[in-house]
Amino acid sequence: MQTPDRRAQAHHPEGPGAERPIDHPESTALVASATPEAVANGAALGAVVITGICGRMGQLLARQLHRKLTVIGIDRRRFVGKPEDIVHYQIDVRRRKTQDIFRAGNIRAVVHLGVMHNLRESDRTHHSWNVVGFQKLLEFITTYKVPKLVVLSSAMLYGPSPDNAHFLTEDAPLLGAQEFFQIRDLIDVDMVAQSFFWKNPEVETVILRPCHILGRVRNAASNYLRMERPITVLGFDPMLQVIHERDVVEALMIALEPGARGIYNLRGPGELSLSRMLNMLGRKPLPVPGPLINSVLGRMWNYRATRFPKEELDHLRYICLVDDSRARKELGFIPKYGIEDTLHAVSSQW
Amino acid sequence: MEDRRRIPRTVPGPLATPAGAPVSSGFLKALTDKLIAVASQITHEDIDEQVEKTLPVRTLNEMGVDPFGLDIDTTRLSIALLVYLHRYWFRTEVHGIENMPDGRALIVGNHSGQIPLDGVVIALSMVLDSDRPRFPRAMVERFVSTLPFFSVWFPRMGQVLGTPENARHLLEKEEALIVFPEGVKGISKSFRDRYKLAPFGQGFMRLALESKVPIVPVAVIGAEEQYPSVADLKPLAKLLGLPSLPIVPQLFMGMFLPLPTKYRIYFGEPLHFTGDPDDEDSVIEEKVWVVQQTIQSMVNRGLKERRAIFW
Repeated sequence: MQTPDRRAQAHHPEGPGAERPIDHPESTALVASATPEAVANGAALGAVVITGICGRMGQLLARQLHRKLTVIGIDRRRFVGKPEDIVHYQIDVRRRKTQDIFRAGNIRAVVHLGVMHNLRESDRTHHSWNVVGFQKLLEFITTYKVPKLVVLSSAMLYGPSPDNAHFLTEDAPLLGAQEFFQIRDLIDVDMVAQSFFWKNPEVETVILRPCHILGRVRNAASNYLRMERPITVLGFDPMLQVIHERDVVEALMIALEPGARGIYNLRGPGELSLSRMLNMLGRKPLPVPGPLINSVLGRMWNYRATRFPKEELDHLRYICLVDDSRARKELGFIPKYGIEDTLHAVSSQW
Repeated sequence: MEDRRRIPRTVPGPLATPAGAPVSSGFLKALTDKLIAVASQITHEDIDEQVEKTLPVRTLNEMGVDPFGLDIDTTRLSIALLVYLHRYWFRTEVHGIENMPDGRALIVGNHSGQIPLDGVVIALSMVLDSDRPRFPRAMVERFVSTLPFFSVWFPRMGQVLGTPENARHLLEKEEALIVFPEGVKGISKSFRDRYKLAPFGQGFMRLALESKVPIVPVAVIGAEEQYPSVADLKPLAKLLGLPSLPIVPQLFMGMFLPLPTKYRIYFGEPLHFTGDPDDEDSVIEEKVWVVQQTIQSMVNRGLKERRAIFW
């Protein structure tokens, strides 16, 4: 297997050492879209590149960061209501233009949020976007000597299972794909980040694995809790951990601090059973017997009658809880939002 | 036995309810209170007072909820129903409960009886028959977490999946754990092997050495005869994905309740072990052997003392 450096060379005819000056026609074209103040600010402190900036987490983080630092966003989507001083390139990470952003230099950190997880998309698209795209990004980080990489992974990659220890530490294997094979490319991203962490000690790599993120974010957990009559599996009521999206942003901010490195599980205000969460939100659960639910939900998914894929059902049956003591001790991360605020964040308007 | 015959309270006392929304609905709570009151009247014991003495739960998280799922209301409901089994069906006789330490402890017992009623009775005697009642956490087989309803009920009663990490976590919080190192081999013994302890696993000893926790040996007499089994159909059990498939004749005759044998429970003096938890198997085995032999001789002594199975 080629090392990231070699592969960067292969893609880049002039080699990794041959950094082009900023006034290269292609890169000037890119930088020209940024406001002059932002560029000046970025020159002093270095810019933070956020992939997937148009997602909910990306937007929240960008809004936290943009007053202090230059923020450069990479996302194919449109950034609605983008603050003036954020530089957004509406491009695909895999495109050559991405390299020009890095080549322009002075990047102090990369926050990788641009992970695709949409079960309506094909496996090939997922692999190419998540794994190949991320590997490209890592090549640029090593080639252009970016000192920091923050990856937002997920504690769901451990996978819910009846065999799980009650609190999984960061050393627990990522077995989520055993039952839910569509998440294997997300596991790959985490694994690639882990091996990058070991292979490139000069880059401070932080991998965050938060439990179910709740908020306006569109993920399985938030979508589920937004349902008026959420399905539950009859006879099962697992304990769950949830975290407020803004707490995750806070953790990302801490991870961006110089010196932070490592893999960290993140957990919100504490564990609560599914039934109590639904009760607190005033939802009326619809308990369905396990054997029936698989076929019904599969069919409903095919007819697009539900947003809840049957593969996520195991989260309603078995536990997947994490031990966050390392994040508390080493990062000093303490979630700010209580359980009420965290749960009600799924229907918040701001 | 006289000291536990107190005048029952008519209105159950206020028990600490964890933060957040209640687990059970108002109806279930009212039913629980009613059942506790009835059980207290019948048994002439103040069950709520005993339960209250076990509180607070030692493992609560920031929200005042036990992360493993223990719920006091469900536990009270279970006690209100199971106390009849304990007092009138099995008429449990408890010996040596004063040996139970207050801090962390591993309660190691002989496992028998096809369904884990021995664990239930040990737990009930620790709550109801002790002057220093405490609520033990039982380490259960992973099979339980896959069973509908049981996967809810068991954790709410404080039972936890038996993994070393879970045990370590609970012991750090000074909990008392019930462990049956015989596992499925022990509980599914056929009648001809009754009271012959199956080989113990080593996990509990490594845990005891690591967490420096005393081992309280417990002998349960009477559980072996509750569901006499003639055979264990292991291949069929494997095919069906069950841990064991005992053939219990009484079930074919429509007797679903266990036979009303008399339970006798002996709590031994705590055993303390020292050494390296990561030592070789042979070294650990010797220590395990000591525990197994202690329990076996406690069982033998108990058997010698009893005059009849049913009374």
